[in-house]
Amino acid sequence: MTVVAIVCFALLGAGAVLILARLAIGPSLLDRVVSTDALLVTIACGIAVYCAVYRDISLEPVLLVVALLAFVGSVSVARYIGGMLVAAEGGADAEPVVPDGPGTAGSGTAGSGGTS
Amino acid sequence: MTAADVVASICLVAGCFLCLTAGLGLVRFPDVLNRMHAATKPQVLGVLLVMTGAVIRLTGQPIVWMLVLVAIFQLITAPVSAHMVSRIAYRRRHVRRDLLLVDELGTTGDTLPARPHPVHPEGDPDADEPADGPEARPAR
Repeated sequence: MTVVAIVCFALLGAGAVLILARLAIGPSLLDRVVSTDALLVTIACGIAVYCAVYRDISLEPVLLVVALLAFVGSVSVARYIGGMLVAAEGGADAEPVVPDGPGTAGSGTAGSGGTS
Repeated sequence: MTAADVVASICLVAGCFLCLTAGLGLVRFPDVLNRMHAATKPQVLGVLLVMTGAVIRLTGQPIVWMLVLVAIFQLITAPVSAHMVSRIAYRRRHVRRDLLLVDELGTTGDTLPARPHPVHPEGDPDADEPADGPEARPAR
């Protein structure tokens, strides 16, 4: 079982590093949402592999919390961006939201597009 | 190792390999919809395989039903979040339209794709007009 643990954690670690690379360089906010979702799934798989290999059930509630958090996080960020889109359509007082450039993090550049 | 351990090990390694493919696809694919296609593989099949392996391995212990609950929850929530993210990605023009073969949300024919906003069909062009490529900055 030790060999299985090493192989599984190596695969999960390589996948997590690649997902973190996309999370860092992802040009838009939605790329970061998708990669955060995949990263949380990878974390849940890692916890489940730990539980299975060492026959340890103390981390299973954490698994449930991570699965809930992935859904709530991605849906709330998607609705947040949709709300910004509706606000940008709505009137002249709303700010248009520019997509994130490669060097900026998150949605911090929302004010730099100016008002329409 | 018993036979059940062998089956559980195969399931665990296959699920972890799907996580690796998600990482590769996220790095190499060109736009948001393709990256979602890659990232959804471990969300459904990977989690199902890993939970199957864990349930086989942990049978007889107290809270194994929680693993089944996690698998069912992933099956329910993955389409919802994928639907919302892809809808917002289409409306924010983060989709590479030159890579699309069929654009059912756009117009039929060879005219320009319609703005997917039925409320303001002629509305202000500056509000939601980033370029078609995901790497492009808006020309303002």
